[in-house]
Amino acid sequence: MINAAKTAKLALEDGTVFTGNAFGAEGEADGEVCFNTSMTGYQEILTDPSYRGQIVALTYPEIGNYGVNAEDVESWRPHLAGFVVRHCSRHASSFRSSGALGDYLAANRIVGIEGIDTRALVRRLRIRGAMRGVLSTTDLDDGRLVAKAQASPGLVGRDLVREVIPPAAIPWNEPLNRWVKLVEAPHVAVGPDAAHVVALDYGMKWNIARHLFDMGCRVTILPGTATASEILDLEPDGVFLSNGPGDPEPLVYAQETIRGLLGRKPIFGICLGHQLLCLAAGARTYKLKFGHRGANQPVQNLEDSRVEITCQNHGFAVEAESLPGDLEVTHVNLNDKTIEGIRHKTLPAFSVQYHPEASSGPHDSGYLFARFKGML
Amino acid sequence: MPRRNDLRKILLIGSGPIIIGQACEFDYSGTQACKALREEGYEVVLVNSNPATIMTDPATADRTYIEPLTWPIVAKVIERERPDALLPTLGGQTGLNLAMDLDRHGVLAKHDVEMIGASAEVIAKAEERDQFKAAMEKIGLGVCRGQTVSTLEDAKRVLDQIGLPCVVRPSFTLGGSGSSIAYNRAEFNDLVAHGLAASPVHEILLEESVIGWKEYEMEVMRDKDDNVVIICSIENFDSMGVHTGDSITVAPAQTLTDKEYQRMRDASLAVIREIGVETGGSNIQFAVNPRDGRMVVIEMNPRVSRSSALASKATGFPIAKIAAKLAVGYRLHELSNDITRKTRACFEPTIDYVVTKIPRFAFEKFPEANADLTTQMKSVGETMAIGRTFKESFQKALRGLEVGSFGFGCDAKDRWGTPEQPSIDEVRAKVGRPGDQRVWYLRYALKYGISIEELHEATAIDPWFLGNLAEIVELENELRTKASLSRVDDALLRKAKQFGFSDRQLSAIWNEAEMEIRAERKRRGIVATYKAVDTCAAEFEAYTPYYYSTYEDPIETAAENVPPGHEALARATGRGDGRWAYLEDEVPPKTPGRRRVMILGGGPNRIGQGIEFDYCCCHASFALRELGIESIMVNSNPETVSTDYDTSDLLFFEPLTAEDVLNIHDRVQPDGVIVQFGGQTPLNLARVLSNAGVPIIGTSVDTIETAEDREKFKSLLERLGLRQPASGIARNLAQARAEAAKVGFPALVRPSFVLGGRAMEICYDSAQFEKFVAEAFLVSEGQPVLIDRFLEDAIEIDVDAIADGERVIVAGVMEHIEEAGVHSGDSACAIPPYSLPGPVVAEIRAATGALARQLHVQGLMNVQFAVKEENERPVLYVIEVNPRASRTVPFVSKATGMPLARLAAKVMAGATLPELGFYREPIPAHVSVKEAVFPFVKFPGVDIVLGPEMKSTGEVMGVSERFSIAFAKSQLAAGTVLPAEGKVFVSVADRAKDHVVGLAKRLERLGFELLATRGTAARLAEAGVRVTRLKKVQQGHPNVIDYIRNGELALVMNTPSGKGARTDEGRIRATAVAHGVPCLTTIQAADAAVRAMEAMREEEMEVHAVQDRFPNYGGPQSPSP
Repeated sequence: MINAAKTAKLALEDGTVFTGNAFGAEGEADGEVCFNTSMTGYQEILTDPSYRGQIVALTYPEIGNYGVNAEDVESWRPHLAGFVVRHCSRHASSFRSSGALGDYLAANRIVGIEGIDTRALVRRLRIRGAMRGVLSTTDLDDGRLVAKAQASPGLVGRDLVREVIPPAAIPWNEPLNRWVKLVEAPHVAVGPDAAHVVALDYGMKWNIARHLFDMGCRVTILPGTATASEILDLEPDGVFLSNGPGDPEPLVYAQETIRGLLGRKPIFGICLGHQLLCLAAGARTYKLKFGHRGANQPVQNLEDSRVEITCQNHGFAVEAESLPGDLEVTHVNLNDKTIEGIRHKTLPAFSVQYHPEASSGPHDSGYLFARFKGML
Repeated sequence: MPRRNDLRKILLIGSGPIIIGQACEFDYSGTQACKALREEGYEVVLVNSNPATIMTDPATADRTYIEPLTWPIVAKVIERERPDALLPTLGGQTGLNLAMDLDRHGVLAKHDVEMIGASAEVIAKAEERDQFKAAMEKIGLGVCRGQTVSTLEDAKRVLDQIGLPCVVRPSFTLGGSGSSIAYNRAEFNDLVAHGLAASPVHEILLEESVIGWKEYEMEVMRDKDDNVVIICSIENFDSMGVHTGDSITVAPAQTLTDKEYQRMRDASLAVIREIGVETGGSNIQFAVNPRDGRMVVIEMNPRVSRSSALASKATGFPIAKIAAKLAVGYRLHELSNDITRKTRACFEPTIDYVVTKIPRFAFEKFPEANADLTTQMKSVGETMAIGRTFKESFQKALRGLEVGSFGFGCDAKDRWGTPEQPSIDEVRAKVGRPGDQRVWYLRYALKYGISIEELHEATAIDPWFLGNLAEIVELENELRTKASLSRVDDALLRKAKQFGFSDRQLSAIWNEAEMEIRAERKRRGIVATYKAVDTCAAEFEAYTPYYYSTYEDPIETAAENVPPGHEALARATGRGDGRWAYLEDEVPPKTPGRRRVMILGGGPNRIGQGIEFDYCCCHASFALRELGIESIMVNSNPETVSTDYDTSDLLFFEPLTAEDVLNIHDRVQPDGVIVQFGGQTPLNLARVLSNAGVPIIGTSVDTIETAEDREKFKSLLERLGLRQPASGIARNLAQARAEAAKVGFPALVRPSFVLGGRAMEICYDSAQFEKFVAEAFLVSEGQPVLIDRFLEDAIEIDVDAIADGERVIVAGVMEHIEEAGVHSGDSACAIPPYSLPGPVVAEIRAATGALARQLHVQGLMNVQFAVKEENERPVLYVIEVNPRASRTVPFVSKATGMPLARLAAKVMAGATLPELGFYREPIPAHVSVKEAVFPFVKFPGVDIVLGPEMKSTGEVMGVSERFSIAFAKSQLAAGTVLPAEGKVFVSVADRAKDHVVGLAKRLERLGFELLATRGTAARLAEAGVRVTRLKKVQQGHPNVIDYIRNGELALVMNTPSGKGARTDEGRIRATAVAHGVPCLTTIQAADAAVRAMEAMREEEMEVHAVQDRFPNYGGPQSPSP
C-alpha cells in the first residue's frame, strides 16, 4: 500500500513545521538543520562524521537510487542526527548495491523524513541562516516540537569531536577504492622505510587516510585528543589534521597540540583541521550564515589563479582579518571570497577548508596530498 | 587583459535549415553567441540560410547574410567582410564542417581569419574516429574496439575481429546519419555500402556493439587557462543502441554512485584536455556496462550541440553564451553567473529537480519508413519537462509531447481496458524493440503485471526507471479502486498530482469532467506551485525568472509567519491552533500598474510546426517588452530561443495543455494571453481557455472558429462574393460519400483542426476516396472530415497580412512554385509573385483586405488562394484563411523588411498600425525565394513525391535581384546542387509530356546530355531533342538506377504518375536521394531549375547583407508613399 507510510515531522526553531513521511529509524532527533547540494554521494555524506549534531537535508530530490554498499563509506557508521530528502527511492539500482537506503538508515538508527518541500526548507535556511530543529516520528505535536527545536543546544561552543573520535590509535592500511582512479594503477607499496604520517582524527573521513596510504605513506590514526608529546613519541614524518564536526573554538586541547607540533613536523590540515591550525596560529573563526555543503564549490588557487571545483562541508570559517602575519591565504572561495586555504610563511604547514580527498565530490584537488608527501 | 583586443570582427556560421539532427537548438546557441559577442563590443558577421531563425534577424548580428552555406559562398562573405576570426563551434555539424571546408580550401589562411574556440586540428582529432580513438587510448580510457575502413573488403576483415552485432558509423555526418547496427553478415554488407555512400569522406567506423549498456552524456566547458567544469550529466532512459536524440533522456544522471560519477567526470576532463578544445563547450558520450561498471568513451562533439541546449535549459547555465565569451579570451571565473549575479560562471550547476526529455517522431508522415529506433536519429523534435521527481517530470513530458496523451496512460489514447487492448504477446513483442510507441507498451506490460526484471531483460532499460514507471502504474491502480473523486482523500489526490497525473488522466480514471476535477482540487488547496531553475539548488538567491510547476505538501507556521506574496496559497490548518499551512511559491507578484501578457509557445518541433512559430513567439515577447508590458512565455521545447530565460520577463517551462496553462494563469493573473503565435498548439487551447475566463487578446476566439468552421466560413465568403472550391463536411462515412458525390473528383480529403496537412490526400476516384477518408476519420479524432474539390494545375498563393481591427496591410504575396496540391509548407515560393499577372495580384490584395476586415482580425492573418485558368481566364479561389501567425511570417519579414510578428504583438496589445508607423504593403527591390528541406535521406527507400501532406522539416531562403538566381541560391542552400554539366534523366507523367519538351530543349542548349525511358524518349525524339533511351527498371540493366548508383547522373526530373516506394518511379526517386542526385518531381520546379541553370551561366551569385538591403529594417514607414 502506497499510502501506509508513517508520518514524520521536521520542526524549526522559527516555528515552521514540515510534515512528511518517516523513513529509516523511528524516533526523534534534534540538531542544527543544514543542507548539502551534492547530487551524488549520499552514502558518503551519511557516513561523514563532520555531520555529528546536524540534521542534513539533501537538495537533490531523488535519493537512494543506487542503494547502499559496503565500499562507499567514510567511517564505520552514519553520524548525522537526522536525514531529510524530498523522495527516497524504493528501487535501488546498481551492480554494487547491497541494500536499500531506508533499511540502512533504520539499521543505523537514523531518523529520516521524506516528501517535504526541501527547496522551501533550503530557502528558509538561506534567508534566515542555520537553524536548530527537531525531526520526529514519535511526537507529532507542532507546539511541542517547536519548543524542542528551540531547546536544542546548537553547535556553537560545543565539543562534538569527542563523540566521534576513535578510542585508540589504529594503523591504517586500506588504499583508495578502485573506482577512484580513472586509469588502473596499483597503489605505491608501503615498505618499512615509508614516510610515517600521524593522522589526528577529529572525525576523519576515511578517504583521507586512503589517499595518504595510497601514496605510499605509513599511516597511524590517533584520536584528536592526543597531545603533542604522544604524537612526537611515534616519530612521525608529518602530521595530518583531519576534518571533524562542529565549532573549532572550544577545542582548546587540539589547538594546544598543534602549537606543540608547528615547526617540528610538517602539517597538513583539512576542514576542521584547517580551522584548528589557524586558531593555533592565532587566527579567529566565525560561524557562517548557513555554511558551505556540496560538491560544486569553486575555489581559486591564488598561486596560479586556476579554479578547482571542490567538495565542502563546513559551517565555520577562518576570519580573514584575524589572520596572523605568518599565515598567508593560498585559496579563496570564488562565490563568497571566504578563506579556503592557507600556508605558513616560514614553517612547513598548510591547510585547506575544503575536502581534497573528495568522496563525495570532484577530484580536482588531489594534488594537495602529493604536496604534503613532498614535505615529508 | 582577458578580452582579446586584437580581434574586432567575428564571423559566425549558423546551421542552416532545420533537419533531423539539427534543429532550433542552433538558433538558440547562435543567437546567444551573437548577443554575447556584441555585448563585448565585437562586430558580428553571421551567415545562415535559414530565414525562420531569430539569429538571422537584422537586429541580432551586425552583418547578416542569408545565403547558402557552402564554402565558396561563405568565402565571398569573408572577402567582403574580412573578419578577424571565425567561431565554428556554435553552428552545429554544418557550421563545423563548413569551417573545416574553408580551412581546407585555404580561404581562412588567405584572408588571415583565425579559428577561435576550436582549431581545425582539434576538430579533426575529435571528429575523425581513428584519431579520436588513438587519443583516448593514449590517456588510458576505454573505447569500443573497432576500426575505420573505406572498402567492403577491409570491413569484412575487421568484422572477423570484433564480431556481430557490429555498429557501422559513417564519418563526418550529422545526427548519426547512415549509422546502424548489423546483426548478420548480409545486413552487414548492405550497411557498409550505405555507410560508405553516406560519408562525405567515404569512410566508416566499424565498432564492437555496446547495445544494452547504459548511456550517459556529459556537458563540459573549458577556458584557455584549462579550468574545466561539468555543466550537466544526462542519463539515457533508452540504453545504448538508440541514438541519444531519439532516446528519452534524464538529467542529472540518476543511477551512478558518486564513485562512478566522479570517474566519468575525470574521464570527461581528460578527454577535453587531450583533444585540446581550447575554449567552449563539448559533449562527451559514455557507455557503462550495467553488470560490472566498465566505462567506454563513445564520442565527443567539440562544439555546442543539441544536448548542450538541453543542458542549458535543464540547469539554467547558458552554455553557448559562455562558450562565446570564452572564445574571445575570458576565463570562466571572470564571467558572472547571470542567475545569481553574485557568483561566478566557474562552478558546476547543481539542480534540485529532475528533467526528462522525450523525442517526438513523425513516422505517421512516412509510413514506408523503417520506424525502428537505431543509432541513426529519426526524431523531428523534443519536449522537456521539469518536476521534483522523475515520475512527475516523466508524466509532464509525456503530456508535453502533444501526441494526444496526457501522461503515462489513462487518457483517450490509452488502449488498456478498451477493445483494442493489446494482448500480452503483442506487448512482449513490442517492448523488446525500440520504437516511438515503446513507452506505451511499457505501461501495458506493467498493467499486465510483467515484472521489472523481465522488462529489464527485454529492454535493457535501467531497473530504476522501470521501477518508477511501475510506481506510477501502481498508484493508477490504487486511484482506480476509488469510485469517484469524492471518495479520494486529500493525501491521495495530492500524491497523484505529485506523481505527475494530469487532471485529464484523473478525469478519465473517475469519469468526471476535467474542469470538475480542477475545481475540486483547487477547493482542497491542491494546486501547483512554481519553483525556480537557478543553477544552485537555492543556495543563492536567483534573479532569473525561470520557473516550473510542481506539487508540494504544505508547510505549517504561525499565521503571521506566512511569507509575503503567499496569501493565495495559504489557509488555516483548521485545527484551531492559530497556525496556517501554505505552499511555497517563487513567482514574483504583479508589479502594480504594469500589464502582464502571456504568450503560449508551440511546444515540441514537428513537421508543420517548428522554428517559424518560435520566431513569432520570441518577437511577440520582444515587442511587449518594448511597450513596457511584462512578457510571460510558456513553452516546453528545450531547443528554442523562446525558452531562453533572457527572452521574456518570466519563463514557464511547462507543457502546453489547458491544465498547465490555467495553473500558470491562476498564479500570474495575466492581463492578456496571446494564442496566435505558437501554431496550432495554443489555438487548440483557445476555446477552453476562453471559457475558463482567460483574457485572450487579439483576434477573438469566435473569429478563429469562424475561419475553421466550414459552414460559417462558407457563408462569410458568399457575403464577400469570393469563390471557394466546392466543398463539403462530413461527420461519418455515409455523409462523406454523399459530399464526395456533390463535390466531384478530384477531391481533397482532410481532417479538420490539424496542422501540416496530416492525412490530407487527393483522391482521383472513389476507390482512393474510400481508402483515404477512413484514414482521415481516424486522425481527426471525433472532429469532422473536410472534402474539397481539388483544383488541378492551379497556381497556389500564400498571403500574410496584418490588421489592427480596422486597417489591413498585406505584408507579402507569395507565389508558389509547385502547383496547388503540394502542401504550402513543402512548396517553394517567391516574393514578389514571379508569373501572376498584375490584375490577379490586385484581386488577391483586395480579397485579403476584405477577409481581414470582415473577420475583425487584430493581429496576423494568412490566406491561401489558388488561381486556375478557366475558359482562358484566371479565376481566384480562396482555399483557406488562418487568423494567426503562419509558417511564412519570418520569411515574409526578411523578404520585405517588415517585422510582422512584432507589429502583430503590439497591435494585439492595443496599438494601431498608424501609431506604429505602418501604412502600406512593403515593396522589396529584390526577389526572395523560400525552398523547403526534406528529411528523406533519413528514411531510405521512402518515396519523395510531394503531396497535400507536409513532409519538410525546414526551409532556406535565396535572395537576388533576379528570380532565377534567387531560385538557384535557394536550391543550393537546400543542398540541391544544380549541375552545370552532365547527364539528365527525364521521365514525366503523360499529362506533363507537353511541358517537358521545352525544358529538354533548353537543357540541350545548355549542353546537358538527356536520357529517358521509352515514352518520354519517344516524345522528345519526336520533338527533335537528342536523347539516349534507357531500359525501364523492370526491363533489366543498365537502367536509370544503375546510372544513379554509378554516379553518372547529374540530375533527375521525374514527375509522378502514381506514387509509392514500391513503384518503379518511387524507387528511382528514392535512389536519387540516397545518392545525393538532385531530383525534381514537379514540372514547375523543373522549369524554375532550368531557368536557374541558364541564369547561372550568365552571372555569378553575389552575397548581400540583410542590413544593406534594409538599412531601416523594422523602422516605421513614411506616412506618404
